[in-house]
Amino acid sequence: MKMPRDRLIRYSPLDRANHWTMAMVFVLLALSGLAFFHPAFFFLSHTLGGPVWARILHPFLGVVLVLLFYAMAARHVRRNLLGENDVQWARQIGDVLDNRDDKLPPIGKYNPGQKLVYWSLVVSIALLLFSGVIMWRPWFAGFFPIPLIRFASLLHAVSAFVAIVTIVVHVYAAIWVKGSIRSMTRGWVTRAWARHHHGLWAREQEEAQRREQQP
Amino acid sequence: MNNSQNIIARSATTTTPPQVRSHVDEVAKLIDVSKCIGCKACQVACMEWNDLRDDVGECHGTYDNPTDLTANSWTVMRFSEHETQEGNLEWLIRKDGCMHCAEPGCLTACPAPGAIVQYANGIVDFNSEHCIGCGYCITGCPFDIPRISAKDQKSYKCTLCSDRVNAGMEPACVKTCPTNCIEFGTKEDMLARAEKRVGDLKALGFRDAGIYDPAGVGGTHVMYVLHHANDPNRYSGLPKDPRISPLVGAWKGATKPIMSAIIGITAFAGVIHYMTKGPKEEPEEQAEHGQDDVPPPHSLGYDATRPRGEDR
Amino acid sequence: MTNHWVDIRNANLILSMGGNSAEAHPVGFRWVTEAIEHNKAELITIDPRFTRTSAVAQDKAFIRTGTDIAFLGGLISYLIETDQIQREYVLNYTDAALIVREDYGFEDGLFSGYDESTRSYDKQSWMYEMGDDGFVRRDESLQDPRCVYQLLREHYSRYTPDMVSSITGITVDDIQRIWKKIAAMAVPGKTMTILYALGWTQHSTGSQIIRNAAMVQLLLGNMGMPGGGVNALRGHSNIQGLTDLGLLSQLLPGYMTLANAKEQDYRAYIDKRTKQPTVEGQVSYWKNYEKFHVSLMKAWYGDAANEGNNWCFDWLPKLERPLYDILDTFERMSKGELNGYFCQGFNPLASFPDRAKVTRALSSLKYLVVMDPLNTETSEFWRNYGEYNDVDSSQIDTEVFRLPTCCFAEDEGSIVNSARWLQWHWSAAPPPGDARPDTRIMGELFLKLKRLYQEEGGVFADPILNLTWDYRIPDDPKADELAREFNGRALEDLTDEQGNVTRRAGEQLAGFAELTADGRTAAGCWIFTGCWTEAGNQMANRDNSDPYGTGNTLGWAWAWPMNRRILYNRASADVQGRPWGPDKAFVWWDGEQGAWVGADVPDFPTNSPPSQGQMPFIMQPEGVGHLFAGQSMVDGPFPEHYEPFESPVSQNLLHPGKEKARNNPAARIFDEDREALGKPEEFPHAATTYRLTEHFHFWTKHAELNAIVQPQQFVEIGEALADEIGIAAGDWVKVSSKRGFIKAVAVVTKRLRPMMIGDKQVHHVGIPLHWGFTGVAKKGYLVNALTPFVGDANTQTPEYKSFTVRVDKV
Repeated sequence: MKMPRDRLIRYSPLDRANHWTMAMVFVLLALSGLAFFHPAFFFLSHTLGGPVWARILHPFLGVVLVLLFYAMAARHVRRNLLGENDVQWARQIGDVLDNRDDKLPPIGKYNPGQKLVYWSLVVSIALLLFSGVIMWRPWFAGFFPIPLIRFASLLHAVSAFVAIVTIVVHVYAAIWVKGSIRSMTRGWVTRAWARHHHGLWAREQEEAQRREQQP
Repeated sequence: MNNSQNIIARSATTTTPPQVRSHVDEVAKLIDVSKCIGCKACQVACMEWNDLRDDVGECHGTYDNPTDLTANSWTVMRFSEHETQEGNLEWLIRKDGCMHCAEPGCLTACPAPGAIVQYANGIVDFNSEHCIGCGYCITGCPFDIPRISAKDQKSYKCTLCSDRVNAGMEPACVKTCPTNCIEFGTKEDMLARAEKRVGDLKALGFRDAGIYDPAGVGGTHVMYVLHHANDPNRYSGLPKDPRISPLVGAWKGATKPIMSAIIGITAFAGVIHYMTKGPKEEPEEQAEHGQDDVPPPHSLGYDATRPRGEDR
Repeated sequence: MTNHWVDIRNANLILSMGGNSAEAHPVGFRWVTEAIEHNKAELITIDPRFTRTSAVAQDKAFIRTGTDIAFLGGLISYLIETDQIQREYVLNYTDAALIVREDYGFEDGLFSGYDESTRSYDKQSWMYEMGDDGFVRRDESLQDPRCVYQLLREHYSRYTPDMVSSITGITVDDIQRIWKKIAAMAVPGKTMTILYALGWTQHSTGSQIIRNAAMVQLLLGNMGMPGGGVNALRGHSNIQGLTDLGLLSQLLPGYMTLANAKEQDYRAYIDKRTKQPTVEGQVSYWKNYEKFHVSLMKAWYGDAANEGNNWCFDWLPKLERPLYDILDTFERMSKGELNGYFCQGFNPLASFPDRAKVTRALSSLKYLVVMDPLNTETSEFWRNYGEYNDVDSSQIDTEVFRLPTCCFAEDEGSIVNSARWLQWHWSAAPPPGDARPDTRIMGELFLKLKRLYQEEGGVFADPILNLTWDYRIPDDPKADELAREFNGRALEDLTDEQGNVTRRAGEQLAGFAELTADGRTAAGCWIFTGCWTEAGNQMANRDNSDPYGTGNTLGWAWAWPMNRRILYNRASADVQGRPWGPDKAFVWWDGEQGAWVGADVPDFPTNSPPSQGQMPFIMQPEGVGHLFAGQSMVDGPFPEHYEPFESPVSQNLLHPGKEKARNNPAARIFDEDREALGKPEEFPHAATTYRLTEHFHFWTKHAELNAIVQPQQFVEIGEALADEIGIAAGDWVKVSSKRGFIKAVAVVTKRLRPMMIGDKQVHHVGIPLHWGFTGVAKKGYLVNALTPFVGDANTQTPEYKSFTVRVDKV
């Protein structure tokens, strides 16, 4: 498909498919997990067909999430390392929150906030995986000593908390920054959007385009 | 002695349990280890009353059989041979099973509302109908008691024969115990009985005789009389100072509401932020530029050609 | 039991020896724990192992299996030498003062009168010296060297603490500490109870061990006392009933005895058993023997039994051999002398010694009938179960019939417990499938036999054709009918001396005092008379009131004889009839009423005042307890220690170098079986078989619950022996004797310790016996592959508790 000239491709179809699958899986995990986390959320266990099904499915969904997430995370690790202007951008977080974007330095494909989301999830999902396996009944928990299971249970809760908070921030950021959702649904952003939010990335993309057009 | 509705604590429940029936005595089972002959009649009575049949296992070189608690063996005898410092041999035989803690770790940990209940008489009971098989009760228990059945993935343990107690009877193990090593009554009476037995044992020369009713779990509704209360560990690993693990406390205690609140606050902060600061609107395209002619970005990285959000 | 279960709670000291009461009798053990808690009693266990009983005992010693007489004999010597006996009791209530014949003696381990060729004693010299007045001579000072007391003292003077220690393996310290505690029970107001079981019975000296215990209790003044006695804890729920009803080859019901082949004359048979008092004025209750005998014959043969035909004496079998016991029967069976065998409620393949010999014997039968509720090993002896029953079925021609019977809970009737209580029970469920009560099977079988005799005739048909058989449903006699028959009834009106009718014809009798020797009464088992009277079924009584607080509940069930709960309870009072101590008041003389009164039915003539001088042991012609067993034992008037037939020790340390006195010289052993005894060099370890609390004999391996709590065969080995052969708990071992082997899981334990016997270290190997090749528990070996084919000299009970083995790692 030929992309109109005022647009840039931000997310490939595969990325988008992966993202939304993950999103659904994460929501189901979060809801079922919260159901076990606090009585106030117990009703959420019905999202997976009742509490017993929630107990059965939750860890399998967790494995799905892990596979999808790290498949994606591995491909994007380079873009999430500390980049040019990131520190300056982060220092100006007040401007970011106040929408004084014009004061911000241009940054790469992901801004430090997004990178924080990335690394927060990289770490918390890893911890969720390890602690989750230790807790997983009936398959694995029996192999571990109970004190370790206790530690894993606490770790699982804390990691899940971190992941959920991260995702809340992530979702809000998507709602807050108009055009973001479209980038994850349709895959493209306007050049203007790119230049505005991710100046370095926009320049890089546009240069790449130019090189392609000049044989 | 009990009423099946008289539930004073209920797993995964934050509201007040029934409180009206005030004249309920706490019950207790007293196991006088100094009188136990390890006959396993209690094991058999438990299986008979509760319709349990464990597998016919194997001998593993000890008298213990089944060798551990299972979903089908809610009580087992644990035999340990202990040589005292004076060179005397003791064959210590302890009936293991749920202690019915006043502060039950299983109930604290359980995420399924009503799957674990504590009656006003102190019995901690599992309601299989509500059990989801997560095993958190095992994680929460300081005595390693609950077991999940491979057949139905439900958790099981001694009920203190709550059905019998409801009907005014003693638990099946108590009924069958031939030596009166297991007794049952109000906790007050059982404590008095235990005091008397401790006195008897001290008179026989067991200076460290005592009652096992550990305060760390708020006391228990199954108590032991031990000849060596100073070293409960010698009775096949009875914990000296059991309490709900701080890890479980952290997991199921204050962290739950705090973290739940933080999640909520985070989401709410987003709403406030959106309302006060508004979104970062999509920047408009600059149509005057040649379509193919993308100007180089500003050397400083600031695109002065574009309107700013605050210019709206 | 001379006393009863509940009475254990009255004891001040409980000696559990020759039994593992907590393990084998956990329900009755309740009274032991009661005594410990409420009577501040001490429990002492003496056993080769640290047992479940030891686990709750305050003191314990570990004894080499089969050496109990050494310990008890030494105790007797200690009691005498330190003068810790209940002197008034011993002087008046035992034969201590009686004089023994001059020609009685004991030399080189043999009593006078031994005949090596028959391995038996002529007991002529083992008698009291009779005075000119026709009564036994006595010496109240106990100084006469021929009095029982002095002979006893001399006999056990060899049993010094050092000697006892070197035989038993118990340290001298342990021995002296425990003897001292036991001796403290000689005080009149204190009692020790002795609890024993097969750990004493199943030795080649078994009867003598038990006698030795009785002698200790007499010296301590503990017989007839609450909290005292010698108490056999019976293994089967109704094994007491079995002996009461005479189901031993030489017995008739009520401990009457069959005539032997030389006793063809009725009057001589009766006179020999009619014991007249040998001390003036004594009761000697066996003087009534003929009344019991004639009433039995009237119960069996009714009108056919009359004075003219000596009450059918000729119809009774006369014994050609001393005993037709199980060992003898299987010996003959193995030689092809038997065609058929009825096996009822018994599992000989599992229960009899030397399993290979039993298989050989059963294989030589034409037919075998097994009546049992379960599919026993015996009924499957011909089927190959691999290593567990490695037989060649094609070589066995025995035809096996299985007749399923009901279990006790599927039938009503009475069960006699260890305490001699006849307790009636009711059917809890109908029997499954084709199972029928034993009585119905026997009834049908009898009627069929009778019909065949009627139709075809036969040799000596009279005893069968004339047997009384007047049951409501002839092929299905009911328990109530049988119980009434045992109790007995008047056949004609009975009258007192004034001619007043005391009992109408047809009425049930109230007690055996009503029995007559002239054919006017019938009673199928005289000791049971009183169990089903005109007042109804006394065995069904369920009143547990205890008016004297002694645990003596006369309203609960019914005990023979005459509902007496403690035998010889007259001995609970002193010569003047006063209780020996305030805590021990039980039966005493009430001068105002002119009667013996108290918590129990007096085992004594109720109105015989103390001044009349009748002594408590009313079944003995002397009226006193026997320290010297002149005529009742075949292997000596005093118990003597002999080694088990298989022993890890090569000689009897009491009689070194005296080969004849190594083992019980009067115990019968067949030549072939002597060849099959192992030598200590080859089989160095002392082995003993026993039962576990989780199982009952060979039955409960058929029950799932029991199989769950103790699923698989094991042997117990001490840590030291385990180290020697290089095994750990849970490993498999092979245990072999000269006769066979078993393989089992090893339970390695601190509870078995090596002991020093002389300069030799001896290990014990403990072998629980419950497994076999049928049932729901894991299959196992029958442990009687290991045991020797030799029994007690008096009872022929096999020596299952002491033999030797080797242990190898598998």
